Amino acid sequence: MVKYEGKVVIALQVNGEAHEVAVRPSDLLLDVLREQLGLTAAKPGCLNGDCGACTIMLDGWPVKSCLMLAVEAEGHVVLTVEGLNGTAPIQKAFVDADAFQCGYCTSGFLMVCHALKTQNPLMPKENIIEEWLQSNLCRCTGYQEIRRAVRLMYEST
Amino acid sequence: MIPFNFIYYRPDSLQEAADIYSTLQSKGQKAVYFAGGSEIITMCRTGSIQPKAVIDIKNIPECGLLSLYNQKLQIGSVCTLNQISESKLFPLMRLACGRIADHTNQCRITLGGNLCGSIIYRETSLPLLLADAEITLYGPEGERTVPLRSVFYQCMQLKPGEMIVQVQIPVWALSARHYHIKKTANEKIDYPLVSVAAICKDSKLRLAFSGICSYPFRSEQMESALNQQTKSFEERVKQAAELLPEPVYADAEGSGEYRLFVFKNTLRQLLEDWDNGKI
Repeated sequence: MVKYEGKVVIALQVNGEAHEVAVRPSDLLLDVLREQLGLTAAKPGCLNGDCGACTIMLDGWPVKSCLMLAVEAEGHVVLTVEGLNGTAPIQKAFVDADAFQCGYCTSGFLMVCHALKTQNPLMPKENIIEEWLQSNLCRCTGYQEIRRAVRLMYEST
Repeated sequence: MIPFNFIYYRPDSLQEAADIYSTLQSKGQKAVYFAGGSEIITMCRTGSIQPKAVIDIKNIPECGLLSLYNQKLQIGSVCTLNQISESKLFPLMRLACGRIADHTNQCRITLGGNLCGSIIYRETSLPLLLADAEITLYGPEGERTVPLRSVFYQCMQLKPGEMIVQVQIPVWALSARHYHIKKTANEKIDYPLVSVAAICKDSKLRLAFSGICSYPFRSEQMESALNQQTKSFEERVKQAAELLPEPVYADAEGSGEYRLFVFKNTLRQLLEDWDNGKI
């Protein structure tokens, strides 16, 4: 059994690297990624699980890091936009499709799209793409371009 | 950020989890069982609750089962809505899970969390009530397996310190003809004005509802009204609406009058589809 009380050191696997971080059990994964590991791609938005700006991947699935404790990530594989290294097909597709304006939501969309591709290597039906993308909000309303980027991602790989 | 500290426990067994709860309770310290954590984290962040400890039950094997066993489908309480959907084992439940929150949140929200949550809709209860599911609970007094409907009235009626271990669904429900529709006021991802789930058993429709009242429910009286083949759709729907267990729910999403309008239209459509063999 695990018991954490007060400040504790936990091991996290983030972007292929092992890290040790000192956290309170009530610290959110989003805050630990940003403030302790300096991984600022995941953005604080609504902090309520609605906007998706903080989306990361956990064991290959998209997760909103504002709704997860850092201690829960122990033993799991965390991936943020920094871990894509600028080489993921979705990153080029976003550039080619002009799929961002202010860019605040972009990290979250990149991760949800990358997770979509991870779980569905072949182009899924439109309704599946829509279902996944509905998890994230873009207040610049760049949704059509983001949809186009997803198609480009699949067509280019 | 959560503006206070709590102790985090991750037990490996049901006994450990219940013991932790009992020990804390005996000291007058509030503990909460924690699975996906979406609601607990939000409530902690906003100060609605301030537990002394959270007991993360995701490491307990019995709570994570998702498999067919002994002519029943077992779904552990920490299975996420996405895991349940992806398993494709219970089509009606898959439809219900697919309309709760958004897809990314479905990767965190758990069956147990949805059933025990403070948000009134608890839409995973609908397929379970229709399928005569049983539920296994564990607490300081030990384990018990009972029909879900005996412990789910408006919300989960748990004893102090009890947690959901898993639900068991009889196999007939996994292949039964079924229907699910969720009507929202604006966006597809939203709380329901009305959610209706239906399943066919012995050539009769069973129906359960969320959104139309302040709690989810299955009503056998309403089912009887809606299954009266000799009456018109309008008569059946009107009679069913008169049998609602409490006044229609109203909030900013929809007035009671509007919800009732949507409810009646949805039921009528359901009956037409049923009559036309589309279900």
